[in-house]
Amino acid sequence: MRASVRREVRIARPAGDVWNVVGRPELLHLWFPGIVACTVDGDRRTITTGTNQEMPEQILTNDPIQRRFQYRLTTPLIKEHLGTIDVIDLGDGTSLVVYSTDADPATMALVISGGAGGALDELKRQFDAGDGPALDAASAAAHAEPALAPDGHGGHR
Amino acid sequence: MGRKILFVTTDQQRYDTLGCNGGVLSRTPVVDRLAAEGIRYERAIPQSVVCMPSRSTMLTGQHPRTHGVWMNGVPLPVDAPSVAAELHRAGYRTAIVGKPHFEPFIDPFGRFTENGLARAGVPTVDAPWHDGTVGPHRGFDHMELATHSPTGQLHYARWMVANHPEALGGFYPVLDGELEVNAAGGGDTGAPQVQLNAVPREWHHTDWVADRAISWLDSLDAADDWFCWMSFPDPHHPWDPPSSELGRIDWRDVPLPAGYPESRAEREALLDAKPRHWRQWYDGTLVSNYEAPPRWVPATLTPDQVREVNALNAIEVELIDEALGRVLAAIDSRGWSDDVDVVFTTDHGELQGDFGLLFKGPYHVDGLMRLPLIWRPAPSAGVAPAVVSRPVGLVDLAPTFCAAAGLDAPEWMEGSQLPVDDADADARREPAVLTEWDSELFGVGVHLRTITRDGWVCTIYRPGTVHDGTEGELYSLADDPLQRVNRWDDPSCAAIRSDLVADLEDRILPLASPRRPLDAPV
Repeated sequence: MRASVRREVRIARPAGDVWNVVGRPELLHLWFPGIVACTVDGDRRTITTGTNQEMPEQILTNDPIQRRFQYRLTTPLIKEHLGTIDVIDLGDGTSLVVYSTDADPATMALVISGGAGGALDELKRQFDAGDGPALDAASAAAHAEPALAPDGHGGHR
Repeated sequence: MGRKILFVTTDQQRYDTLGCNGGVLSRTPVVDRLAAEGIRYERAIPQSVVCMPSRSTMLTGQHPRTHGVWMNGVPLPVDAPSVAAELHRAGYRTAIVGKPHFEPFIDPFGRFTENGLARAGVPTVDAPWHDGTVGPHRGFDHMELATHSPTGQLHYARWMVANHPEALGGFYPVLDGELEVNAAGGGDTGAPQVQLNAVPREWHHTDWVADRAISWLDSLDAADDWFCWMSFPDPHHPWDPPSSELGRIDWRDVPLPAGYPESRAEREALLDAKPRHWRQWYDGTLVSNYEAPPRWVPATLTPDQVREVNALNAIEVELIDEALGRVLAAIDSRGWSDDVDVVFTTDHGELQGDFGLLFKGPYHVDGLMRLPLIWRPAPSAGVAPAVVSRPVGLVDLAPTFCAAAGLDAPEWMEGSQLPVDDADADARREPAVLTEWDSELFGVGVHLRTITRDGWVCTIYRPGTVHDGTEGELYSLADDPLQRVNRWDDPSCAAIRSDLVADLEDRILPLASPRRPLDAPV
């Protein structure tokens, strides 16, 4: 049986700022409690959980225009999985981050979305505080990249 | 020096499984003796009939609507109020040994403290308490944890993996390959969640819990005040006690329970007179509780399967009784017995064949709602033995522990000290006890509110995916002890129905807001 679970949080920062963290897949462990490390190689990401399990993932979408990140856990434990993180501009200087989990078996959708809920809480906490490991790392990465051209090309993908 | 407190819980145990409550299958001389020396409650009621909400009520002294654990899989906030913290602050040494389940078990990210303690090799960690101070996690300075099988991250599982890996395969796999609760049958009859288990008795979690509790008690100074929550995972399914013990009760000799109508037509007629989710579960068209195997259809349950489940359950109850006896002997050997309060209960019941059903769910009848509860006050307190017929709730335990420790119950506790007899109950307690069920799982939402008062059990339904909110159940406990006849629509009961519903609506507390999210199935 499959299930689809959605978690969301509103963050009092512009969508671009939030996307600057969410769109960097190598920083996930800095805002997702229960993921202690992650490495990215092309469209492959490997996360290590707090129980020392390594889980391989495939990055499917990392779209700075839509501000959408999608990935798939490819561990044999899970028949199907699609994780989607949308950063939505609310037009008032704030943003809504929606983390959706579709999975078969359904149990995994609940478990992953539970972790995702904790991640969104942590993301909000860091932005509310204006400080935190994910923000620091994203800021450092942004400074190391070429500036974004007016037409949207270049810079952080 | 205060009174010491041994709080003994089992998991999913029916009222009628104890000899002192009229049970005839299990021999339970240890608990029976506690009952004879203390107070036996004939109508102890949980505030929820699943583990996490009910256990959270025991710890906080609050109803689920207040502590926020509205269904299994919703973690109790780390800084929730805790009676263990109150006792710790008063100088008590505090431990929980066995099954906690204030946080979800299925936790691949390792997010929850309960699951991380064994990995970290520490007895507890510091955490925020409800008043902003910091102390040991939930007030327990020692946590040594177990659940129903030797898989997962808790201390018992790690101990089994490290020391007895050859015995792991004897236990029933609680989940199947798709992470659903396993429907596979075993034993002699093919009953679900049954397996013959070759594990030696001394390695089984029941004896492990007693062993670890004794070890912790042995570590204390004679003058210490202590609160020990000894929490046995059994007799909750799976039913896989050590095979060496199966000779105690031959399932072939087990009578069918009174609540199991052997005639299929009779069963189905009884179910059809109740709100529709009863029959839908029986027919296998609706599952509203993760812990009920979704691939198992209750209508397929045979009389022999009911017999075998009841036999194995009874064996597990006997093993718990004997394990408790060892712990009480250890306490006696320390010279503490006169100053120790012992409370024995469980978190909720088990249908165990009633109406042709097993396990549990949104079904507020005696199988799930009438619990064993024994309070043997410390003999030094001079409380006379009694039997209490008035309804009490698990929400009353935390204030009772405070009273035993000589503490006033904090304002956030919603229950009141258990009565020592019916006159005490009538003099100072509310006459009603509430129970609630909320579940929203994979598109199925079910919501029940129940009041037990004046010999009646009345349940109203909130709108959900199965009910439109007009349904109800009304049973007279005196006239219908098996709750076979739903009198919700009986004109002769209109007045009492109206009175109970109004009283229930008046007593329902506001829901903690925002509602806490579901983080796992269990």
